Amino acid sequence: MKNKNLISITDFSKEEQLHVLDVAEDFERNPHQRILADKVVATLFFEPSTRTRLSFESAANHLGARIIGFSDASNSSLTKGETLKDTIIMVSNYADLIVMRHPREGSARYASEVASVPVINAGDGANQHPTQCMLDLYSIRKTQGRLDNLDIAFVGDLKYGRTVHSLTQALCNFNCTFHLVSPVELKLPSYVKQTIKDKKLEYHQYTELSEVIPFADIIYMTRVQRERFADLMEYERVKNSYVLNREMLKGCKPSMKILHPLPRVNEIATDVDDTPHAYYFQQARNGVFVRQALMATILGAKE
Amino acid sequence: MTKKELIVSAIENGTVIDHIASNEVFHVMRLLNLVNCEETVYMGSNLESKKLGKKGIIKVANRYFHPEEINKIALVSPDATIIEIKDFEVVKKNKVELPEKVHGIVKCMNPNCITNHEAVETDFTVVGTPEMKLKCHYCEKFTTKERIEFI
Repeated sequence: MKNKNLISITDFSKEEQLHVLDVAEDFERNPHQRILADKVVATLFFEPSTRTRLSFESAANHLGARIIGFSDASNSSLTKGETLKDTIIMVSNYADLIVMRHPREGSARYASEVASVPVINAGDGANQHPTQCMLDLYSIRKTQGRLDNLDIAFVGDLKYGRTVHSLTQALCNFNCTFHLVSPVELKLPSYVKQTIKDKKLEYHQYTELSEVIPFADIIYMTRVQRERFADLMEYERVKNSYVLNREMLKGCKPSMKILHPLPRVNEIATDVDDTPHAYYFQQARNGVFVRQALMATILGAKE
Repeated sequence: MTKKELIVSAIENGTVIDHIASNEVFHVMRLLNLVNCEETVYMGSNLESKKLGKKGIIKVANRYFHPEEINKIALVSPDATIIEIKDFEVVKKNKVELPEKVHGIVKCMNPNCITNHEAVETDFTVVGTPEMKLKCHYCEKFTTKERIEFI
């Protein structure tokens, strides 16, 4: 996997994904390994994403790498009108690896074609965010002991939520059953459902969250955003249907875990936080180990 | 009609593109860059056709096209037939086939795609039958047949 780009989750085969999860487990046991002490990692955030940037920078620091970059395009020469191509070629001269977040879809793929060093996509508009997907896989495997044959419930905005799309595609390699809970307006797009059908796997659609709680192994919550609705009355009608609280968890599987890409607003009530089912903060912590594993394997410091 | 005559003149050597969707003749001219062609080009639109009702036809003298070049027109006219003529005789006749890749000629329909903001050549994979769609190599979104717009 040395020198490979990670732009889209499908750039890595199932075997490569599992290998990264194994390496990440090693970093969880032993996070401080200064194996990138001679490397420079550039974190180019053309739009702000504090959480993702801190996670990458924490991962790079744990590996001893030096970090250069910017956290917001207003601090870069983009404000002077420089093209993405020029910025990337220039940064390739200064760094061994580029981690980038950009508001335009396809920007990371394009950057990987003009860069002379590997590129990790930290989110390109509404398209892909593959390291989030990898940390979701890691969290599922860690809490359930496996990735195969699980009942995965996705809840909330399944139409625009890119994390849901990528994770669905990735879990299609593992014979999971998908339970899709959303308002009618925010159903999973047909091209993502087609991926499930192509693998001859099952999916079921619901509008009531309570229906999936008794049998789900994982409940993956996402935020239902007001701006996604053409009809605000409709938003007002459904907005509280996709809020999970402690009371609703009665009768769920003891091993069930709740994931969320964060930030949450109100879709998981705070009284869920201290139940054994809440896993979203640990999930974010797992992101550091997964990003360490990705940087170390791509830079050839780990097999 | 007893008198049989060719509405569009015959060519001695060259390529006939027949059964073009009637409203797509000008698109085909542009796609094959015939607008700048220095050979004789005949073009007919809204001609009677048993198969299509109405059709378009283009005849280009002394030009033969590479399949990669000519198959682009399947994007706008999937029923088109390519006929190669030598000494007024038909030597080859094929239906156009959808190409696997479409490079640099179609605009991505996603307004937020990087190809619509930087000087990046577009690149699509042709997917799906019977409903043809183009998957953008960059933003991974689909451009449907109705939304195809040429650069």
